[in-house]
Amino acid sequence: MKFTEEHEWLRVEGDLVVVGITEHASEQLGDVVFVELPEPGTQVAKGDEICVIESVKAASDISAPVDGEIVEVNDALADNPALVNEDPLEGAWFFKMKLEDMDQLDAFMDEDEYKDFIG
Amino acid sequence: MTELLRTDLYDLHVSLGAKMVPFAGWEMPVQYPMGVMKEHLHTRAEAGLFDVSHMGQVIVPLSAIDALEALIPVDIAGLKEGRQRYGIFTNEAGGILDDLMIARKSDHLFLVVNAACAEADIAHLQAHLPEVTVIRDRALIALQGPKAEAALARLMPAVAGMRFMDVAEAGWQGQTLWISRSGYTGEDGYEISVPSAVAVAFTQALLDMDEVAPIGLGARDSLRLEAGLCLYGHDIDTTTTPVEGDIAWAIQKVRRKGGAREGGFPGAERILSQLDSGADRRRMGLRPEGRAPMREGVEIFDAAEGGTMIGTITSGGFGPSVGAPIAMAYLPSSFREGDTVWGEVRGKRLPATVSAMPFQAQTYKR
Repeated sequence: MKFTEEHEWLRVEGDLVVVGITEHASEQLGDVVFVELPEPGTQVAKGDEICVIESVKAASDISAPVDGEIVEVNDALADNPALVNEDPLEGAWFFKMKLEDMDQLDAFMDEDEYKDFIG
Repeated sequence: MTELLRTDLYDLHVSLGAKMVPFAGWEMPVQYPMGVMKEHLHTRAEAGLFDVSHMGQVIVPLSAIDALEALIPVDIAGLKEGRQRYGIFTNEAGGILDDLMIARKSDHLFLVVNAACAEADIAHLQAHLPEVTVIRDRALIALQGPKAEAALARLMPAVAGMRFMDVAEAGWQGQTLWISRSGYTGEDGYEISVPSAVAVAFTQALLDMDEVAPIGLGARDSLRLEAGLCLYGHDIDTTTTPVEGDIAWAIQKVRRKGGAREGGFPGAERILSQLDSGADRRRMGLRPEGRAPMREGVEIFDAAEGGTMIGTITSGGFGPSVGAPIAMAYLPSSFREGDTVWGEVRGKRLPATVSAMPFQAQTYKR
C-alpha cells in the first residue's frame, strides 16, 4: 500500500489502483455525511478534484493522486457515507483507476514513511 | 493578534481530550473524542454539558427598566420576577445588534449576551443606562437534554419544579448558583451561572453522572440549527429586522402599534410598519433533497436552470437527529412551505423544499 501527502492510500489490484483515505484523514474529517463520487469513465489528471466528502463540519475534496481513468466507484458510500469513518481502509474505498503509467506509484510513501509524515 | 481568552473550564476541557479552537476571542472546545455526531445525539437522548462561559453576563438595576425598553423592543416592565425572556438590541434602521436573554430577579435584571457582541453590547448599555455591572467571576454552563432535569436535581432538587424560562437561585458548596430553565438546543434543560471558585468542581460533579457528557460548539451549532434557532452574525445581523428574521414573536403586544408602550425603541418605525404589513423577505427553513448539505453562503434560485437568485443560505449543514441536510435562508415572503427552490452547490443546482421550523420538535417544559 502507498500513501500520498494528501492522506490518500493506494492499493494495486491487478492492473487497477484502488484509492481511499487514511484512518488519520477520516479522524480529522469527523463524521462523514455525504460523498460525491466521479463518473466511471472520467479521464483525470493528477491533482484534479474528483470527489467531495462532506462531514458534519465542512466539505473537503479528494484529488486524483495520479493520471488515469476512473473505471469504478464505490456506490456503497452514497448510501452509507459513515463507512468512511467506520472502515476507511477497506469498505470505504472511493474509486478504482486505470493508470497511464504504473511507475507513478513509486513517488509515494510506504506505510512507515506515512506514519513518520503524520508524526 | 490579541491573546485568546480562556474560560474557568479550559484545563478541564483539555483533560477531557477536547479539540480547542478560537471562537469569538475565546479558546473553546469544538468537540470531544466522542465526535460531533455522537455528541449531538447524546444531547437529544440524555444530557449534554456545554461550557458557554464565553457569553457575556451583565447585571442591570431594576431602575433601568425604562432605559432598557428604549434599546430592546420587548416587554421588560411586564416581565415577572423569576422569569426570563428572549430579547434583541435593535439599531435605528431596525436591524439587529444582538440577541440576548433577560431575566428578572428580585432586585436586578440579569442579561446574557453573545460572546462576539459582548463588548459592543456592554458599551451600548453603558452609553444609555446607569450602573451596568459586567460579571467576570462566574462561569456559565448549559445542561441540555431529556435527562438534564434528573441530573441537575441530584445536586439541587428544587430545579425539578422550574418551568421553561423560570429563573432561580440555588446553593451549592456554600456558593450561590443562578439557574434558568432554558438553553439553545431545542431540548429541555438549564443554564447555570456558577461562581469561578466552584466552576470546575460543579462541572465535574455533573460530568461524573452517567447520563452527562461534555459537548462542544460543533454539536451546539447543529442542535440549535435543528431547533430553528438563530445564530447571531449568520441568521440575523444588523441588515436583518426582527420581522425578516422571523423572530417578531419576541416583540410583545404592549410594544406594538396600539400597545400601552408602543414603539420607543431604535428602528421602531420600520419594525412596527413591517409588523403591520409584512417584510419583503423572511428567514425560512429549507430541506435539501438528497444528502448533499447546503451550507452558509449557498445561493438559492427559483429555477433549476437560469431563473433568478432569490436568497442565500445563512446556516446549513447536516442535522444528525433529522438524519438529513437542513438549512435556513432569507427568501421572498411570497414563498410558502412546500415550495421547491434550488441551491447552487459546487456549480450544480440541487432542489430543496421550503420547510417549517423547527426541524426537530422542541421539548421545553412549559
